[in-house]
Amino acid sequence: MLETLANLGLGFSVALSPPVLLYAFIGTVVGTLVGVLPGVGPLAGISLLLPATYGLDATRAIVMLAGIYYGAMYGGSTTSILMRIPGEAASVMTCIDGYAMARKGRAGAALAIAAVGSYVAGTASIVALMFLAPPLAGLALRFGPPEYFALLLLGLLVLAYMSGGSMLRALAMAALGLLFGMVGIDQMSGYFRFAYGVVELGDGIGIVPVAVGLFGLAEILATAGQPTPPAVIKPRLRELLPSRREWGESAAPIGRGTVLGFLIGVIPGSAHIISSFVSYAIERKLSKRPEEFGKGAVAGVAGPESANNSATSGAFVPMLALGVPSGPIPAVMLAAMMVHGVSPGPFLIKQQPELFWGFIASMYVGNLVLLILNLPLVGLFVNLLRVPYPILYPSILVFSVLGVYAVNGSVVDVWIMLLMGALGYVLRKLDFETAPIVLGVVLAPMIEMALRQSLAMSDGRYAIFVTRPIAATLLAVGAVLLLLSLKPLVMHTLDWRARLALAAKREEHS
Amino acid sequence: MLTTDRVGGVALALIGLFVLFESRKLPLGTLQNPGPAAMPVVLAVLLLGFGAALVALGAGAARLAAVGWSEWRHAVAIFGVCAFAALALERLGYRVTMVAALAFLVGGVERRGVVFTLVFALALALGTFFVFDTVLRVPLPRGPLRF
Repeated sequence: MLETLANLGLGFSVALSPPVLLYAFIGTVVGTLVGVLPGVGPLAGISLLLPATYGLDATRAIVMLAGIYYGAMYGGSTTSILMRIPGEAASVMTCIDGYAMARKGRAGAALAIAAVGSYVAGTASIVALMFLAPPLAGLALRFGPPEYFALLLLGLLVLAYMSGGSMLRALAMAALGLLFGMVGIDQMSGYFRFAYGVVELGDGIGIVPVAVGLFGLAEILATAGQPTPPAVIKPRLRELLPSRREWGESAAPIGRGTVLGFLIGVIPGSAHIISSFVSYAIERKLSKRPEEFGKGAVAGVAGPESANNSATSGAFVPMLALGVPSGPIPAVMLAAMMVHGVSPGPFLIKQQPELFWGFIASMYVGNLVLLILNLPLVGLFVNLLRVPYPILYPSILVFSVLGVYAVNGSVVDVWIMLLMGALGYVLRKLDFETAPIVLGVVLAPMIEMALRQSLAMSDGRYAIFVTRPIAATLLAVGAVLLLLSLKPLVMHTLDWRARLALAAKREEHS
Repeated sequence: MLTTDRVGGVALALIGLFVLFESRKLPLGTLQNPGPAAMPVVLAVLLLGFGAALVALGAGAARLAAVGWSEWRHAVAIFGVCAFAALALERLGYRVTMVAALAFLVGGVERRGVVFTLVFALALALGTFFVFDTVLRVPLPRGPLRF
């Protein structure tokens, strides 16, 4: 405990230094702008802005990217409340009661509750991250290739299981992502795989063009021809304070959302999206007036907003402690860290304590900046929504091409982004989730290396995966998940994932 | 009946078959000591299996005819502009390519006025070049005329 606090002191000495503070500030502002823009979520936002951090040292770059991440998470709620358009997927549930509150003249109160809920959840979950990551990293030091193989496989299975809708479709997308990850030089034998003479493909398909293509370009292709978005409700500053009754009604949902979001965040999957759906369902179930949900219930804003921000910090636990991304956004963050010469994993905390603890402390600072900044500046962010989409999307396209090109200075990456954009567009139309593809691309080389190293260790005996207790346990959990996913097929019933997908679809169409 | 799952399943199965076909050029290795083709082959077989399962179980999914494609003209135009940008970026340079791409998108596709289109395209292309290349030192292509 004392050691943790001493380390946190070190972190604050880094985070409160003026240059780092400045980049945390810039990151949260830019992140909020990215979150406010419909179609540019945190994933595409981080990918696009990665080149802007090239000139910075690792600590400042990571602090800024993290600021973009949680700024974008908060920014998404603004469009949900004022326009009924989720800036990013995790804000879908906020649309329902947030917009209903706005129509009743309580837009300011809804924004304030979302901001305070996000702040409380963000801060509390960082405390949990701070205490959980170091012991988990200690445990990970006992991991060898078989344990990593089992963990990575489990990560993909959990992601597929936690995705709303069909696990079969999610697994197919994960397999497709893993196949994309096979392109390039085989690390063990030096063979070129599926490169077709394109030298730039030797290093494999990069995560940034894949993420920007699947999430940024595909969104633009699908939405640019749609009718323009509805008018924006502009709140007045004096309306920003919620009433005493609204504060009272939001306290418990914020607390529940914080705990729930963190727990879901640690588990692989699109945590922030799932956590907001689950939080909304729980709040409606626990409410004394469930009929108010959908008509402006305060708990319907406070719970999901807290949950998705708490999940954001939770998702950093496996990434920082194990070096294993739990979803597409941590995967891009992992890639960004590697670009800056930082390898997240069990050795990060010991070898670069100022970076790890500086990052943790900057998250506290960033959350405070978000709270102080976002409420007074909400009018400014709202004005951004007044830019007509026919002007906005060409600008986003320019940043997409620029961001993707700048990562390696290669046009091949721009072509990959284009192909991924087209693929993402078609997959959206066919109702396939694209998040498992992104994770598959990142995990493919790791899984293959861990498998082949394990077999080299055991003279080719596959029993190594069941004779080592940690690997065997992880694989057993994966097998249970597979069996659970088969249950609705055998019983001919809808499980929670199918119900979640139906709820999301209903909200999209309403 | 053609459903989204069935169409997706067939496409995935075809990708699986393609990867299997292409993997024959690489050493497969043995079960105990897998070669560079082993993992792609396993994944291709899995993809083939998932594709077949989607086709078999996909009768209840949404009908393909129900999927709306009303924005396809816009999507094709945007895709074409991006392809032009990829082709021209290192040949014409960042600034010329982006001015041309933006002018076509804003003026041609979105039908905005000529003056607005030119001002917008020039400001965005030159502005992003200044911020990223000059200020942030991210090297962007300059083209044959160093522009």
